[in-house]
Amino acid sequence: MDLTLKIWRQAGPEAKGEMKTYPISGVEEDMSFLEMLDYLNEQLIDQGIEPVVFDHDCREGICGMCSLFINGEAHGPGRKITTCQLHMREFKSGDTIYIEPFRAKAFPIIKDLMVDRSAFDRIQRAGGFISVNTSGNTIDANAIPVPKENADKAFDAATCIGCGACVATCKNSSAMLFASAKISQFSLLPQGQPEAKERVLNMVHQMDLEGFGNCTNTGACEVECPKGISLENIARMNRDYLFASLSSNK
Amino acid sequence: MALDSKIPAGPLGEKWTKHKGEIPLVSPANKRLIDVIVVGTGLAGSSAAASLAEMGYNVKAFCFQDSPRRAHSIAAQGGINAAKNYQNDGDSVYRLFYDTIKGGDYRSREANVHRLAEVSRNIIDQCVAQGVPFARDYGGLLDNRSFGGVQVSRTFYAKGQTGQQLLLGAYSALNRQIAKGRVKMYARHEMQELVIVDGKARGIIAKNLVTGEFERHSAHAVLLCTGGYGNVFFLSTNAMGSNVTAAWKAHRKGAYMANPCFTQIHPTCIPVSGENQSKLTLMSESLRNDGRIWVPAKKEDAEAIRAGKLHPNDIAEENRDYYLERRYPAFGNLVPRDVASRAAKERCDAGYGVNKTGEAVYLDFAAAIMRYGAEEAHVKGVNNPSDAEIKALGEKVVEAKYGNLFQMYEKITASNPYKEPMKIYPAVHYTMGGLWVDYNLMTTIPGCFALGEANFSDHGANRLGASALMQGLADGYFVAPYTVGEFLSKDIRTGKISTDSPEFEAAEQAVRERTEKFINNNGTKSVDHFHKRLGKIMWNEVGMARNEKGLKQAIADIQALREEFYADVRVLGSANGMNPELDKAGRVADLIELGELMAKDALERNESCGGHFREEYQSEEGEALRDDKNFAFVSAWEFTGVPAEAKLHKEELTFENVELKTRSYK
Repeated sequence: MDLTLKIWRQAGPEAKGEMKTYPISGVEEDMSFLEMLDYLNEQLIDQGIEPVVFDHDCREGICGMCSLFINGEAHGPGRKITTCQLHMREFKSGDTIYIEPFRAKAFPIIKDLMVDRSAFDRIQRAGGFISVNTSGNTIDANAIPVPKENADKAFDAATCIGCGACVATCKNSSAMLFASAKISQFSLLPQGQPEAKERVLNMVHQMDLEGFGNCTNTGACEVECPKGISLENIARMNRDYLFASLSSNK
Repeated sequence: MALDSKIPAGPLGEKWTKHKGEIPLVSPANKRLIDVIVVGTGLAGSSAAASLAEMGYNVKAFCFQDSPRRAHSIAAQGGINAAKNYQNDGDSVYRLFYDTIKGGDYRSREANVHRLAEVSRNIIDQCVAQGVPFARDYGGLLDNRSFGGVQVSRTFYAKGQTGQQLLLGAYSALNRQIAKGRVKMYARHEMQELVIVDGKARGIIAKNLVTGEFERHSAHAVLLCTGGYGNVFFLSTNAMGSNVTAAWKAHRKGAYMANPCFTQIHPTCIPVSGENQSKLTLMSESLRNDGRIWVPAKKEDAEAIRAGKLHPNDIAEENRDYYLERRYPAFGNLVPRDVASRAAKERCDAGYGVNKTGEAVYLDFAAAIMRYGAEEAHVKGVNNPSDAEIKALGEKVVEAKYGNLFQMYEKITASNPYKEPMKIYPAVHYTMGGLWVDYNLMTTIPGCFALGEANFSDHGANRLGASALMQGLADGYFVAPYTVGEFLSKDIRTGKISTDSPEFEAAEQAVRERTEKFINNNGTKSVDHFHKRLGKIMWNEVGMARNEKGLKQAIADIQALREEFYADVRVLGSANGMNPELDKAGRVADLIELGELMAKDALERNESCGGHFREEYQSEEGEALRDDKNFAFVSAWEFTGVPAEAKLHKEELTFENVELKTRSYK
C-alpha cells in the first residue's frame, strides 16, 4: 500500500519541531506499525536523511516503551493494544497518517517522537513498593490466603505497563490512572495494608510535583489504556486518599 | 589459566548452606566504603541491585531502556518454578534439581542446579511478601500449572504476564533503595567497555544515550546482568534492544564465554510472516497444557491448506497427526522445548507444514474447550447441555487462563484462536550459553560477576520452561549478594577507585575511536542490512540443526560479513547527542563476532545434546545422540583476537548424584 506519513521531527529538547511529510510505498498489511517505521527509516538512510527516532523495545505489547500519537489517538486506532501491536492492515492505501509524540508537560520531548517519562519512575519511588527486605526469610507464601476476587483485581491493576497513554490522551495530562493502578494493587492485598496511608499520600503528592494535571472524570484514559486498566482504580485511590488525609497520624 | 569452579566440598544438599556460612562477611561500616556496579535491570539486575543496596553497599545500576521496569524479563509469560509441593503431587527440591539436570541434557553443574532448586522456595515467599499478585484458587491459596519436561505442577503464574509481575516486584524493591539514595540509577545508559585495573574489574565506560557523552564509573566489583544474545539471529523473541555488548566486552577483556552454541529454540512462536518482520512473538509454553499440536496426516491435505483450499477445522480427527503424542506418549505435548521444536521442524521439512511458507504447525484448543465446557456445565448444573453451550462455557474457562495470549495472537495474525487452531513454529528464544562463572557467579576476571541469562551456569544444553525467571531471581536476590562477599571482603581497605587512572583513560579512548570510526565510515548500507544477513547465516547453519559443512561455511561467511560491515556500514548523524543507529552499529558489531564463536563452538561439539543438534549425531529415529564419554564438559572459550581462533578450556562435569541416562520422554 502507498501512504503519506506526516511525522513530528524535532532535533532535541530545546529545538523547534515541525511536521514533515514522507511519502512511502510498498507497505505490507502484515507489517506492524513500528515495522513500517523501520521500513521508512531504511529508505531515509538510503537517501542520507537521519532516521526518525522513536522509543520501542519488546514489540509484543508488554514493556511499555513504545508510544506515539497516531491520527490523534494514543497508540493509534484499535483498543487494548500498544503501537507495536498495531498492524498496517488497519489502514488502507492512500491514507495519510499523522504521527506525533505523546505530549504532556511532564513528558518533555527528547528527540523526534521520543519523550522522557521518568516522572513515572519518580512517582513509583515515592511509595510504589512494600517495605520488605529481600532476604527470602518471610512467612510462607500460602500463610495468608487472599480472596481470589481481590487477588484478581490486584492483578488487573498491576498489569499497567507504564506507557503513558493515559497521560497523553487526557486533556488535563493527568496521571491518575497510572498512579491509582499501583496504589490499588497494594490496597487490595493484605501485604500492602501497613503502608497504605503513607503510600497514597506520597504518590499523589509526587504526581502533583511532576506537573501532571487533575482528573475530571472524562474516562479517556481508560479507553486508550492498552491494558484496560479500569477507572474503578481512580475511585479507589480517591477513597484511600480521602481516608488517609483524614486519619493519617502525620 | 586452569578453570576452578570452586564447588564447595560436602554432600550435595549441604554445599550451599555450608558455603554461605563460610563466606567472609563485610561489616556494615565497611560496606559503606564499597561500590558495586550492576549492569542491566531485568530480574537478575534489579533484584541484585536492590539486595546489595539493602545490605549496605553503594550501588550504581545501569539500563539502556528509559526505565529499569522495561528490561526484557518483563516479556516472560508462563511462570516461575518452585519446589513448594503445594499441589501435593510429590514434588521436592531433589525432584526440581533432577528435572533441571535431566532437562538440560546433563550439561550443567550439579551443585549450582541444586542451589537453584533450594532457593526456589524462598523466591515465592519473597515475591508474595512484595505484593506480586500470583494466580490464586477459590480458597485464596496459590495456584500452579505444569510446564514441559516435568510430571508435577510446580509453576506459579500470573496469567500470561508472570515475568511482568515478577519484574515489577523487583523494580519496586529497587525503587525503595533508589528512594533511599542507596542505589543511583542510570537509565538510558549503555555499558561500552569494562575497565580492568590490576587484573580486577574496577569499573565501566558507559554511554549516556541521550547526550552521547561517555562516562567513567568506578566500583570495586561489576555485576553483568545483561541477559542473553538471541538477537544474533536477528529474528528472535528478544526485545529489539537486547544485545551481547556488555558480556562481549568482558569476554574480549578475559572473561571466558561458555557453551555459546547452546541456544534455545522455543517451539511455540507465531510463524514468520514476511521479509520486513522485525521480531517474533512467543506464545507461552503454558499453552501446551491445554493445546494439542498437530499437522495433517496426509500430505495432500497439507498442500490443500497451504493453497488455501482447505480449512483445518474440516480435517477429520483420524486424518490428523498429533505427532508429539504419537512419538512421546509419556509426556505428549509437554515434552521439553528442544524435543518439541525439532519434531515440528521434522514434520515441516517432510512437507506437512500448514502456512504459506510451509513452516508452521497447529496448536489446537478445540478439545480443551469442550473438556472444560463439559466440566463447567456439570459444576453449574446444566442438564443435557448442547455442544454450543458447552463450547461457550469452555471458551470462558480458556479465556480466564490464557485470555491475554489469545488476544495477542489475534492482534498479530488476525485469526481467532477460539474458532480455529493457532499456527506456530519454533523461534530463537533463550541462550543457555553465556559468560563462564564459578560457584560464586564470578567470571574469569576477578571482580566481574555474571547473573541470570548472561551466565551459563544452570540450564545445561536446554532450559526447562519457567526456569529462567527462577534463575534470574535466585542469582539476584539470594546468591550473588552473598557470594560477592568473598571477593569484596578483601577490598575493605582499598578505598575509592579513581577514574583518572591510565586504565580508564585507555578504555574511554578505545570507545571513542570505535564510535568515530562508525560515524566517519561513509558506507552505503544500513546497520539492519548487516544484522539481517547475520541472522540468516545463523538461522540456516547454526540454528535448529547443524552439520560440519554448514558450520564451516558459516564461519567463513560471518568473517566475510564482518569485513564488509566495517568497510561499508552507513551511520548517519553525529556522535554528539542521541543517535540510536550509532548505538545499534556497536551492538551488531559485537553480535557478528559472537556469531562466529557460536559456530566454532557448535563445530567443536561433536555430539547432539539439548538445543545443540548435530545432524551427524542422531539415532535412526532422529533422536539426539549424546556423547558423555567425550563431551561431558563445559566449553569455555578464551578470546585471542579472532573469534574463530578462540582457545578452548574444558570444565569437566562430574555427576555424583545423578546417573547419566539417555533422555527419554517416550
